[in-house]
Amino acid sequence: MTLSKFDEMTIDELTELACSIRKRVLRTSSSAKIPHLGSCLSCVEILIYLYWKEMLLDIQNPNNPERDRFLLSKGHAAPVLFQILAERGFYSLDRLNLFGKDGSVFHEHPPQPGYIPGIEAATGSLGHGFSMALGMALAAKIKRQDYKVYALLSDGECNEGVIWECAMLAASNQAFNLTAIIDYNKWQATGRSNSIMALESLLDKWISFGWDAIEIDGHDIYQIEKSFESANSNQDRPTVIVANTVKGKGVSFMEDDNNWHYRTPDNNELRAALIELEENI
Amino acid sequence: MRNAFAKEIREQAIKRNDIVLLSGDIGNRMFDSYKEIAPERFINCGIAEANMMSLASGMALSGLRPVVYTITPFTTTRCLEQIKIGAAYHNASILIIGTGSGLSYSELGPTHHSFEDIAILRSIPNLRILAPSDSNELIHQMREALVLDGPTYIRIGKKGEPNIFKESDSLGIGKANLICEGSDFLLIGTGPIINEAIIASNILKSEDIELAVLNLGSVSPLDEESLRREIKKNYKAWIVLEEHSIIGGLGSSILDWLNDINVNNAPRIYKLGIPNTFIHNLGKQAYIRKELGIDVNGICKLVKKIISD
Repeated sequence: MTLSKFDEMTIDELTELACSIRKRVLRTSSSAKIPHLGSCLSCVEILIYLYWKEMLLDIQNPNNPERDRFLLSKGHAAPVLFQILAERGFYSLDRLNLFGKDGSVFHEHPPQPGYIPGIEAATGSLGHGFSMALGMALAAKIKRQDYKVYALLSDGECNEGVIWECAMLAASNQAFNLTAIIDYNKWQATGRSNSIMALESLLDKWISFGWDAIEIDGHDIYQIEKSFESANSNQDRPTVIVANTVKGKGVSFMEDDNNWHYRTPDNNELRAALIELEENI
Repeated sequence: MRNAFAKEIREQAIKRNDIVLLSGDIGNRMFDSYKEIAPERFINCGIAEANMMSLASGMALSGLRPVVYTITPFTTTRCLEQIKIGAAYHNASILIIGTGSGLSYSELGPTHHSFEDIAILRSIPNLRILAPSDSNELIHQMREALVLDGPTYIRIGKKGEPNIFKESDSLGIGKANLICEGSDFLLIGTGPIINEAIIASNILKSEDIELAVLNLGSVSPLDEESLRREIKKNYKAWIVLEEHSIIGGLGSSILDWLNDINVNNAPRIYKLGIPNTFIHNLGKQAYIRKELGIDVNGICKLVKKIISD
């Protein structure tokens, strides 16, 4: 059993990888008619950094008890996570040929662990994964294990009261081994997240709940790196990284257009999106 | 029963270092002695049951055996979605304890009554549903639940429930126990309310009516073998007694089962439970049982009505 990070890649290479992942997510969304495309495209860099630079993983033995854990609390971004896990080597890319097909385990949300290597929890019911992540973090403290737990939340997800229940308990229990990342793309299913519920100031809310809070550009890998370094140095409280992102990032006609929460690209749109991504490498 | 729970979970936590007790800000001094032996394995999760239940799932997936404890409405329907997804879908090994079930907190009103928990939780896969009748049955069920994989819900009373069983009795998950013999009628009961049936059986005996009493502390899984044995005894009727709604509880569960097994001599079932209504005129548990006709007199009255019909 070997735990390792994948440190060799440079920031340029990670950026290139982000482009490649985006292209695959677009293709799958188009062919299998999988929604939540905008929500997938906004968190690509965060996921890439976590899986290639940040987390200690054991690809050969995904259940290694000492591994770091990642929970996609915004479970509707599963289509991008499935691509990340395949690219990282948890399973072959071929398996994703079944994505969205009848009878496949690869559909719109992460299923119960055991069906897809690398999936830690079934998420999709918003707010749920974050509390599970805290349970895993407190378990590490009780069992005196060193692993860290990461949860990716959406801004819309912060509507859920349970997020704030969890935030308070994490702070009172000094869950320094828990890091939350908020994919703050400013949209939720039917509108601007800050107008549906008063999220702002999101950073101040988390600080007042007893967390260390860092605000970054969620597409800037250098800033992502610095924020995790800061989280890792924390020994008395959990850290939240409020990552300002753009919904639909990478494709100009999808960026900041909330129609792409539910829409899937037709053939022409897919072609245009892929060309644009190719040109921007 | 809750004191028996506190004592047993302390014993288990001494023997095993994977037990973690999660409380929803309840149990005031009851867990002091637990905290003495495992302070780092007790977490007061506050009045935030949804978070507590999901958190327990995360702990279970990390190799711990969390035990979630709070008042029944708040550890069941308040966090139903977290039970369904966190506990049941992940088949997480969580022990969920609902205290003050049924009418145990009768004076506290409908906010603290729980008549629907069994009905709702029965439709969730992977979840064992238990309603022990006394502290000894509870202890046996706890010990078993803590070594089985997957989630278990145990619905317990409050305090002062009389003991029916001895600790040495053969008790446990999926086990029925015939408490009173009799050949005319069979009463199947679950939870501490079965005491009413035991007393009723003795009263009826003096009137030459034989009421057998079968304790069924395990709603899911059912002890099908025992139930099949009882079918063969050809009672005049079965009465199912529970401090739970007549909709969806043990009575409904037995009816579903009888329908599924499709036997020729299936007994007629009479459900004796809480009608589908909120209770406005409050009082002690005994008062409300009497008002609803689910106490000793209510049972005797029903038996005589069946005879006269």
